[in-house]
Amino acid sequence: MTALLTVDGLSKRFRGLLAVDRVSFAVPPGAIFAVIGPNGAGKTTLFNMIAGAMAPNAGSITFAGEAVHGLPADAVCRRGIARTFQIVRPFPGLSVEDNVTIGALLHRHDVGEARARAQALLQRLDLFDKRERIASTLTLPDRKRLEVARALATEPQLLLLDEVMAGLRPTETDRMVAILKALNSDGLTILLIEHVMRAVMALASRVLVLDHGVAIAEGTPEEVVRDPAVVQSYLGAEAV
Amino acid sequence: MIARLFAGVSPRAAILLAVLLAAFLAAPWIVNDYLLTVLIIILYFAYAGQAWNIMMGFAGQLSLGHAIYLGLGGYVAAMLFTQFGIAPWLGLVAAIPVAAACGAIIGFLAFRFGVTGVYFAILTIAFAEFARIGFDNWGYVNASSGLFLPVKQYVHNDLWRLRGSPAMFYYVILAATALVFALCHFLLRSRVGYFWLAIREDELAARAAGINTFRYKMIAVMVSASVTSFAGVFYAFFYNNLFPEQVFSISRSIEIILGPIIGGIGTLFGPILGAFVLTGLAEALRSAMTAFGVDLPGATQVFYGLCLLVVIVALPDGVWPPLARRLGVGKGGK
Amino acid sequence: MASLRVRGGSVPLDVYLNVAVGGVLTGLVYGLMALGLSVIFGVVRVVNFAHGEMMTIAMFLAVVLCGDLHLDPLILLVPIAAVLFAFGYVLQRGLINLFVTRPEHTQFLLLVALAIIITNVLLIVFGPDARSVQTSYGYASFQIGALIVDAAKVYAGAAAIVFAAALFAFFRYTLLGKAIRACADNHTGALVVGLDVKRLYALTFGLGAACVGAAGTMMVLLIDATPMLGPSYTLLAFVIVITGGLGSMPGALLGGVLIGVTEAVAGLLFTPSLKSMFAFAILVLVLLFRPQGLLGKRLA
Repeated sequence: MTALLTVDGLSKRFRGLLAVDRVSFAVPPGAIFAVIGPNGAGKTTLFNMIAGAMAPNAGSITFAGEAVHGLPADAVCRRGIARTFQIVRPFPGLSVEDNVTIGALLHRHDVGEARARAQALLQRLDLFDKRERIASTLTLPDRKRLEVARALATEPQLLLLDEVMAGLRPTETDRMVAILKALNSDGLTILLIEHVMRAVMALASRVLVLDHGVAIAEGTPEEVVRDPAVVQSYLGAEAV
Repeated sequence: MIARLFAGVSPRAAILLAVLLAAFLAAPWIVNDYLLTVLIIILYFAYAGQAWNIMMGFAGQLSLGHAIYLGLGGYVAAMLFTQFGIAPWLGLVAAIPVAAACGAIIGFLAFRFGVTGVYFAILTIAFAEFARIGFDNWGYVNASSGLFLPVKQYVHNDLWRLRGSPAMFYYVILAATALVFALCHFLLRSRVGYFWLAIREDELAARAAGINTFRYKMIAVMVSASVTSFAGVFYAFFYNNLFPEQVFSISRSIEIILGPIIGGIGTLFGPILGAFVLTGLAEALRSAMTAFGVDLPGATQVFYGLCLLVVIVALPDGVWPPLARRLGVGKGGK
Repeated sequence: MASLRVRGGSVPLDVYLNVAVGGVLTGLVYGLMALGLSVIFGVVRVVNFAHGEMMTIAMFLAVVLCGDLHLDPLILLVPIAAVLFAFGYVLQRGLINLFVTRPEHTQFLLLVALAIIITNVLLIVFGPDARSVQTSYGYASFQIGALIVDAAKVYAGAAAIVFAAALFAFFRYTLLGKAIRACADNHTGALVVGLDVKRLYALTFGLGAACVGAAGTMMVLLIDATPMLGPSYTLLAFVIVITGGLGSMPGALLGGVLIGVTEAVAGLLFTPSLKSMFAFAILVLVLLFRPQGLLGKRLA
């Protein structure tokens, strides 16, 4: 089965710092693929390159058979990759419904149709009752779900989630996990950066571990968690 | 289409609108010529402010050089009229592409090169000043001596050539303001309008949602420029003279933005309300000063500055949103 | 004698040199004015749209005091700078400070409002006519070889350099100056270390205003004062600061000199009234191709 997303030898340098160093991996369609690693490992930089927020210095990114590296963020989204942000960015002054409608308008040019699709998504993500509220007045967990809804409205094949569980209490984490599992079973491929191991273990079919920009391990969650290199990077040499 | 126009407007707002419209239509029969001229100026600012609002209130791009579109519109139409006898309505057909092209140049240069926020505002000022000095030295348009339109009489209303009584001009600008109001209402509910709001709220997030922000910002600038150019044509034919020093002046640019800021950026009624409040109070001030025999050139400008100051400090969203809440018109009648 | 062919005939090279040198000196005064803007923006991050208007206040102060008290503008330099310092301090502390957390364009518009008020109050008080100062050296000039320069320009330029040097020394060597630089570099860090950021911001705005005050006092030696000068000088200050590089103090002076020379020489080559267009053309080019300016640091 050909991978939906293939990252090959991707590198990014910021002046003196090599943030991402020849990282390669493949995400099969329908999978939930997690990228984990200590802070500063280069995970968000990797994401930003896939999402088109920045261009890589070397390497390639192939999505659904086409090269997407170096494309601007809006073009990447139009190709079918949607993303959320580490620090949530809903459209603050607009209503919840308008936020998601804007996402839906990407592929549905009729405002009425887009709005209908938005409402359906809001139902799915449990935000329908709050659809008239202004985005900036929502709680953090609601804003996170709103961002996911908006991303989904753009009808992606691949959803990039950047630490979507951060700041959520365990019950809210479980709720989000359930939503993501449901979306995945409908055919959505998910690539997520995550620190909350509870979510990673519950969701991911494959995990990639980054440390200092280098991929140090890849495998199933169980394999990766026991990998000595991984343990060392998180806990230090003495722990091994 | 009419039904679509009224979608999302609450009954209360619709009634308010109807009352206002009736009052406006009846005005020439009620007020004297002087007050009619004041109303014309109010509507002119309401129109121009709404045009500027498209760029700022909807797409979030602060333009402080909008006078350039006024000037271009005015000069194109005025030159075509004085040199070739072409009527202003046809002149408008020529003026719009010129203004749109100018907006496109400014927009392209700014957006391609990442000039945003305050830098963008400064860029727009620079372009307007460039035009001012350029026209001030351009012999073909009579440079700083100014361009004058021939006025033969005021009694006969010649709508085609825009020569006539204040009442005629009043209805022209009233119709224009109503049209631009409808246009904005329509735009706000369209796909383009939603994308503009997204760009205004958070351009980065808008891009992540697949919006080609460059294209939509360009559209905003070009639409705003085109709409503003009519105000320039009106200005030229109403005042019958054009001086680069005045029409391209930064004072014109600032006058245009005062209405929307005071009334409320990004709202539909804001520019109109703001124009009313501002010009209305300014006229009251002027009358009071004349009554007391006081003649202070610059006093009205100080007054405008103070109004702006007060609104910025105390009512950051403008006068319209709190007023709308009071009237119970809320978001629907925005 | 070497000369250049231009529209209307050929102009001898030493005329160019004189004009250019005059432009450099005038440019130093422009630079001092722009230095004030650079300091304010570099530290307080406020885009002072009322900058030119503040200079106009200083110019009128100089005209009035010079006329009434018969004091030479060079002597009035420090007092007027002090008055503007106080004005700037109070303005920042009392009004602009409230806007630190508000969106950028609101802050900007606040200063637009102030600019309108200042210009028109000056118009009401002084009327639209130009005012000038009479100095003992008003018509004098220095001659070095083929070079002939106005004495007034030399004094103005020299005073500008001295004032700027004093400011550089302040920021480089005094504790207060270093504290302000710390604030500019890292706002949160400064707070953490215990610096009274509000007071430092007010001080900085005051210093920027003092620069403007000094520049304005010098400017009356070069041009007549009218209330409507404000907007064009605000724009000029922006052109200089952006060209020289935001946040770079030497850049502001360099930019000022560059603009001064360009204006002067362009005024010679083309119609004088077109010379302002060059300043704007430079601004547009800089904004597009080198937004950090000649000496500025690239902003994130």
